Amino acid sequence: MIGAAIAIGFQAALVLLLSPLVTGFNRFLKARVQLRRGPGVLQPYRDIFKLLRKGMVIPETASWIFTVTPYLLFVTTLLASLLIPMVSALAPLSLFGGVLAVVYLLALGRFFTALAGLDTGSSFGGLGSSREMTISAIAEPALMLAVFTVAIGAGSTNLSTVALSALGQSWRFLAPSQMLAFAALFIVLIAETGRIPVDNPSTHLELTMIHEAMILEYSGPYLALIEWSAAMKQLVLMMLMVNVFFPFGLSEDWSPLAVLISLAWFLLKLLLLSLAVAIVEVSNAKMRLFRVPELLAVAFVLSALALVSTFLFQA
Amino acid sequence: MGPIRELYSAGLLVYAVAALAGLTAHFRKTTAPWIAPWLCYTSMAAAALEFSASAGALIAGADFNWSLPSGIPSIQYGVRLDPLSAFFNLSLSILAVCVAVYSVSYLRHGAASRRPGLFCCFFNLHLLSLTLVFTASNVIFFLIAWEMVVVTSYFLVVTDHEAAESRKGGQLYILMSRSGTGLLFIGFLLLASVAGSMEFSALHGSGEKLSPVLGASAFLLLFCGFGVKAGIVPLHIWLPAAHPVAPSNVSALMSGIVIKTGIYGMARVFFDFYGVLPVWAGMMVLVAGVISALLGVLYALMEHDLKRLLAYHSIENIGIILMGFGSALLFRSFGHPQLAALALVAGLFHTVNHGVFKCLLFLGAGSVLQGAGTRNMEEMGGLIRRMPWTALFFLIGSVAISGLPPLNGFVSEWYTYQGLLAGFGATPTLTRMAFPIAGALLALTAALAAACFVKAFGITFLALPRSDHAAGASEAPTTMKTGMAGLAVACVVLGLGATWFIPVFAPVTQRAFGVQITQQLVSANGLLLTVGPVRNGSVSPLILSFALVALLAVPLALWFTLGRKSPRAKGPAWDCGLPGLTSANEFTATAFSKPLRMIFSALFRPRREIQAEFDVSPYYPKAIHFESEIEPTFETHLYEPILAGIQSLAARMRRIQTGSIHAYLAYIFVTLILLLLFGVRE
Repeated sequence: MIGAAIAIGFQAALVLLLSPLVTGFNRFLKARVQLRRGPGVLQPYRDIFKLLRKGMVIPETASWIFTVTPYLLFVTTLLASLLIPMVSALAPLSLFGGVLAVVYLLALGRFFTALAGLDTGSSFGGLGSSREMTISAIAEPALMLAVFTVAIGAGSTNLSTVALSALGQSWRFLAPSQMLAFAALFIVLIAETGRIPVDNPSTHLELTMIHEAMILEYSGPYLALIEWSAAMKQLVLMMLMVNVFFPFGLSEDWSPLAVLISLAWFLLKLLLLSLAVAIVEVSNAKMRLFRVPELLAVAFVLSALALVSTFLFQA
Repeated sequence: MGPIRELYSAGLLVYAVAALAGLTAHFRKTTAPWIAPWLCYTSMAAAALEFSASAGALIAGADFNWSLPSGIPSIQYGVRLDPLSAFFNLSLSILAVCVAVYSVSYLRHGAASRRPGLFCCFFNLHLLSLTLVFTASNVIFFLIAWEMVVVTSYFLVVTDHEAAESRKGGQLYILMSRSGTGLLFIGFLLLASVAGSMEFSALHGSGEKLSPVLGASAFLLLFCGFGVKAGIVPLHIWLPAAHPVAPSNVSALMSGIVIKTGIYGMARVFFDFYGVLPVWAGMMVLVAGVISALLGVLYALMEHDLKRLLAYHSIENIGIILMGFGSALLFRSFGHPQLAALALVAGLFHTVNHGVFKCLLFLGAGSVLQGAGTRNMEEMGGLIRRMPWTALFFLIGSVAISGLPPLNGFVSEWYTYQGLLAGFGATPTLTRMAFPIAGALLALTAALAAACFVKAFGITFLALPRSDHAAGASEAPTTMKTGMAGLAVACVVLGLGATWFIPVFAPVTQRAFGVQITQQLVSANGLLLTVGPVRNGSVSPLILSFALVALLAVPLALWFTLGRKSPRAKGPAWDCGLPGLTSANEFTATAFSKPLRMIFSALFRPRREIQAEFDVSPYYPKAIHFESEIEPTFETHLYEPILAGIQSLAARMRRIQTGSIHAYLAYIFVTLILLLLFGVRE
């Protein structure tokens, strides 16, 4: 019981502390690839800390939905992260919800964020909500099919079971089904975290905003919670990808030494994945909104092919 | 065991008495308005009696057979409460209690208030006949009850018969329903011919005794016949026509339970009257489910009539239920009774869940309609301030129907996913590919449903009012709020407490597949929902909700340590530099779904027309006229040709319709002779 509580606390703290770093690191990499200096890696921490103490303006048109949303988004994202193996294959709350719960908890946060976007009454909020819900809906089948491919391989939707079964066969990621599913999930990661070419988190250009339009009216502590949740969501999806597909070095229990080694491996894998995301971001231009479904259709086809290859090569 | 028969019969009796009282009151104009609310409470009491009878029967897990007096010696009005009947009757009574309470003050306004006595009469008759449909134990009695449901619900739908839209919706409904009943007649007769009896107990497994061709025909006829009532695509067109025009408490019942009579019929036929069906049958049900779910939600997204939107969502959810049924059939065909039980549990659980949240949403829509006076979402907005309770209940319903944790929709969709996932490993050859693909499309459906309910709730309740009547809306009276609160609580309880509800399905799966799976679906003292021995996977809505509340400590701590001292001000939202934010700046329902309308334009074939009036330059329009519509594909490409065909046939048939009574007497005489010659055998 105490062990479980420590595991929960440890992973939650790690997710909270690590997620702004991933965002900062991503920005840093992007700047370097573009031959810019860019802000330091720790900038997101400074941003969040500053926002938490700043004053905020709440729109007169907004209702309690606007107030509740930052908290709800924060806790759903944090809870989702506790269902996924991070530094140990035994995720702290894995028993209480598998990959379906992860996807649907993130969807719950998104549902309320989209409502908050509409709640302000400004045109931008509605615009952002509409686009966010559209893109996430189109991304959903690709995400689920890729996840199903993995779940079918492991015979479980429970992510700890999936990771443990993957640990047994470390080179499994070379199987075509795994590579295709990973590619599909990579596209979904780009779309779900609002990265170029789907969305650009660093722009507030009216016509192209998606996520930023939805949260345009937020300021101060609420904005800090939302920015932090966005960073956590990115980490959640990355955790899911690296530990399910590449479980190298993942500890099978919670012994302190193994967890530390696991953490080192995890950071390395995260670094490589961030690098890949950064390269995609700098080497692409943002797409028109109505080209995004085509990209996501590619992701769907990839995950369908992953499924077909599971079908063909399964003993 | 308890006095189950007595409770059940008392419930029926109370319904009947209330119906009679309503009819009597109708002819005494002064009595009707004050007696109508009491008749609603009476229906509530009757529903509570039915609830206890069904719950008792389910707990006992046995069959309760008896006959109601019919007056005709050759016809037995047999009644049976077996687990399946009891489960559906239980769902009915939960909804009926809440809708009856809601109706108490709902009847004071709108079309129903003009004839409250008559409305109560039909309302009680309707509930009575629904109870009989779920519990009738022979074909004839079942079909009589089935037709009683059609007729009483028709009268309820056309309560506002002064409006042409109402009459038209009602007409389409009764025409489609009667055609469905026609198919049912033939299907049941085929089954009864081989069983040699009209009793349901005799029909058990009779589908297998028919020759393959006849067995398949009977299956198709019954599937389509029940499919009309359930509203599977393409037999769905009556739903979006009839549901919106009915009074909202009636729409709630229609969507919550009347369409489920189709699901009940299918469950009865698939899992009782037929044994192992060929693979194509299961595949057909699965595909019909996927298509209904996807098209239902896509059409819902394009609606800005709140009640039509909800009606399309019923089609979607029927699709999800049929995905469960289809997988159950396939698993049975491939010899996996445990998986079949899992999939059946998923389908049946979604049946009761959909009943609860859809009923809640329709009641919420009824309050909005009464408060704001319109069904058009483009004229609403800001109602969360005027109607805080209705908004809260509608939000709970919206979260539940979008399948989001921790409410009930999530749990049954989770089981549906698990059933579909298990299908890949359990079925041979290409069949297995169908399951994950169906799962992916279920994910798309659920995500689109979430988008649709962001629209439905956001446009209706949030931001600024878009019209004067929305600005002046008033909250629903207490009994209406109570009815909605009951269903909202049910959404939460069925979600968080799913582990305590799942055992209800034990006798049902026992009867259908000979296995009890529910003990394996629940573990850790009822905290955990699992998939059982077949696959590995678990979820606990209860623990997840506790965890959500516990984790709230983190952002609250941040707030109290750092954020609390920060100044907080109210200010106007960003209006793009225009003079003040008005409702004209807000996003509309049409605009919200525009990206999806464009992405799925191959299906919708949207048409729009923009006319701008200007004096000097087109950049300074005085007025803009905007019109946008989508093509009603099934109406134009399927039903219009059929209608044209029927009409040309009818024109030719007109020749024998001379209008002379002698001619008709001759027809009757000839028919009689022919029947005596060919129809009567030794």
